[in-house]
Amino acid sequence: MSNHPQEAAKFVANDERMHWHDKALWFVREKRDLASKSIPEWEELRSVASEIKTHTLSKLDYYLEEFEKNATQKGITVHWAKDALEHNEIVYSLLEKNKVSKIVKSKSMLTEECHLNPYLEERNIEVIDTDLGERIVQLRNEPPSHIVLPAIHLKKSEVSETFVEKLGTEKGNDDPTYLTRAARASLREDFLDAGAGLTGVNFAIAQTGGVVVCTNEGNADMGASLPKLHIASMGIEKIIPKLEHLGVFTRLLAKSATGQPITSYTTHFHAPVVDGEMHIVIVDNQRTPFLASKDYNKALACIRCGACMNTCPVYRRSGGHSYGYVIPGPIGSTLGNFKDPKANKTLPFACTLCGSCTNVCPVKIDLDTQLYTHRQDLGAQGLLSKQKTISMKITAKLMQHPKLFDFFGKTIRKLVPMLPKSIVYSKYNIWGQTRDLPKMPKNSFKELYKQGLKDEL
Amino acid sequence: MKIGLFIPCFMNELYPEACVSTLNVLKNLDLDVDYPLNQTCCGQAMANSGCSNEVKDLAHRFVDIFKEYDYIVAPTGSCVTMVKDHYAPFFNDDPAYNKVKNSIYEICEFLHDVIQVKEFNVSFKHKVGLHNSCHAHRALNLATPSELNINYNSKLKNLLGMVKGLELVTLQREDECCGFGGTFSVTEPDISTAMGKDRISDHINSGAEIMTGVDMSCLMHMEGLINRDNKPIKVMHITQILAGEGE
Repeated sequence: MSNHPQEAAKFVANDERMHWHDKALWFVREKRDLASKSIPEWEELRSVASEIKTHTLSKLDYYLEEFEKNATQKGITVHWAKDALEHNEIVYSLLEKNKVSKIVKSKSMLTEECHLNPYLEERNIEVIDTDLGERIVQLRNEPPSHIVLPAIHLKKSEVSETFVEKLGTEKGNDDPTYLTRAARASLREDFLDAGAGLTGVNFAIAQTGGVVVCTNEGNADMGASLPKLHIASMGIEKIIPKLEHLGVFTRLLAKSATGQPITSYTTHFHAPVVDGEMHIVIVDNQRTPFLASKDYNKALACIRCGACMNTCPVYRRSGGHSYGYVIPGPIGSTLGNFKDPKANKTLPFACTLCGSCTNVCPVKIDLDTQLYTHRQDLGAQGLLSKQKTISMKITAKLMQHPKLFDFFGKTIRKLVPMLPKSIVYSKYNIWGQTRDLPKMPKNSFKELYKQGLKDEL
Repeated sequence: MKIGLFIPCFMNELYPEACVSTLNVLKNLDLDVDYPLNQTCCGQAMANSGCSNEVKDLAHRFVDIFKEYDYIVAPTGSCVTMVKDHYAPFFNDDPAYNKVKNSIYEICEFLHDVIQVKEFNVSFKHKVGLHNSCHAHRALNLATPSELNINYNSKLKNLLGMVKGLELVTLQREDECCGFGGTFSVTEPDISTAMGKDRISDHINSGAEIMTGVDMSCLMHMEGLINRDNKPIKVMHITQILAGEGE
């Protein structure tokens, strides 16, 4: 159950941290701006990417079957999971069959969505997240707060404290290089004795039957190459038709995400390792209803770059955990509200409708329009607070009657200056907690206009 | 050419001076302006709150009142966006609505694109920070949003550039939202306040004495914060500067 205003208030309460978080993400947004402006065809690239996604989603069944056929021919086993539980069961059965008791995992928002880690841990399988940010939040038993920068909510001193406790690093040493090396040394051991590597999938190419994984740390490559068993989990929407389409997305992805020209590692997996097995689990988990929705269909085009989070002025000041949904920020608000409007009803309102997210989106998802539409759907489903619906109903009625509205306006203008401050700024005046009310003018514009302004026209 | 002046409901009650300036800017250009007295509200606050079922009657009222004018001009980007972008569900491809949708303009957009004003005979000898209100900025395209890789243009800067003595300051974040967001300001008061304060700081740190913009709602939110915290900056609606009434 999300309660964004309440969780956001907690984050904002620490002014110094909130500003630090805002600035860190704004810095990433600025890097993204520079990168996007380094290629003249940027906007055209976004349009092409959007068109490829729209086309693919409109023929998704066809491309998924083509992918399965081609992957199978390459010796990869394809599994289909209708929901999170089926996904987790498939992964577990593969691990059980291969007698695996420890796995290394690279970043995968899908496995977060499916709550795979707790599922496996309950079955005595040790799961090691190998992306540095993911590893940090895993050691702290926290969810990621950002889909590309999972530990962006933490300061290096906090990482240091966690590592002192969990990895035995020197107390008080928060040098990033020192900490990174400590994590790397510990992860190397994990890579070597893990029985399987789990990765996510950035793009699955129908034409070739292979998958592409983009990382900056090479951890997916280690995880997929060292153990004999590689399991890649992907949502049905990760398909692109042909290899030639990949370049459109790899050019957009890293520039949008972090402002890098391309991710450090863009790895194509087209077969199992020698004497090993490769499995791909294709997951629906409430994705197909998006395909049937004219309003929210485009949300499935998301390539998980995180640019909408970095640019969102609300996200930057409220932190990823305030959303209470696996994917935070604008894209998470629309995905989460579509899947479970009751649980996530505060999310479409965690937004000023500024529209910056839609402008940075590399695949042109109409994020602000979707969030506006969600609000109307929540209203139609009766999921808005009584206080809000009644006050809006009254206001709308009032606005039907110009004379009544004039009278109401005049009363407020006359009354407010006469009342003591303690009443005007009582706790019920939420506006007035931090803001002065405007000075109440003697006359409205309409009154001035009627009094003679008209004659001057 | 007959112009119907649309004044946002709260602005009519709380910012009559800026409304008079709006009228005067048009009047100074010898335009034929009428202010229909039975207008009230476009319904944006209800729609943005998810209560668009309450807006249908207001939308029809609005179109009935303004459909006969050649142009509808308003000192707001967000209410104009409401009419242009969010009224369609209430009208079944209705010709009257389609006419209104295509003839409604935010006043600066109107001056810049329709009248193609080349000069204002006014001066304003101050350092000014321009707050780009989001709907005017990204929905009405009054300037190129910083996110896009297209040639830069700002209709507002072009207009303010015609005011003698006015010095525009350069902000750190050209088009960051101020956090007003209609009912967002009271449903997410903490974030709204934080965003507003950050916006004000950017203007003050950039040396602005005056913050201006096309939406009085954003400015009202920031004025409330400025006055509460006694910050050394004032807000003015852009028409007050363009009408030469600020000096």
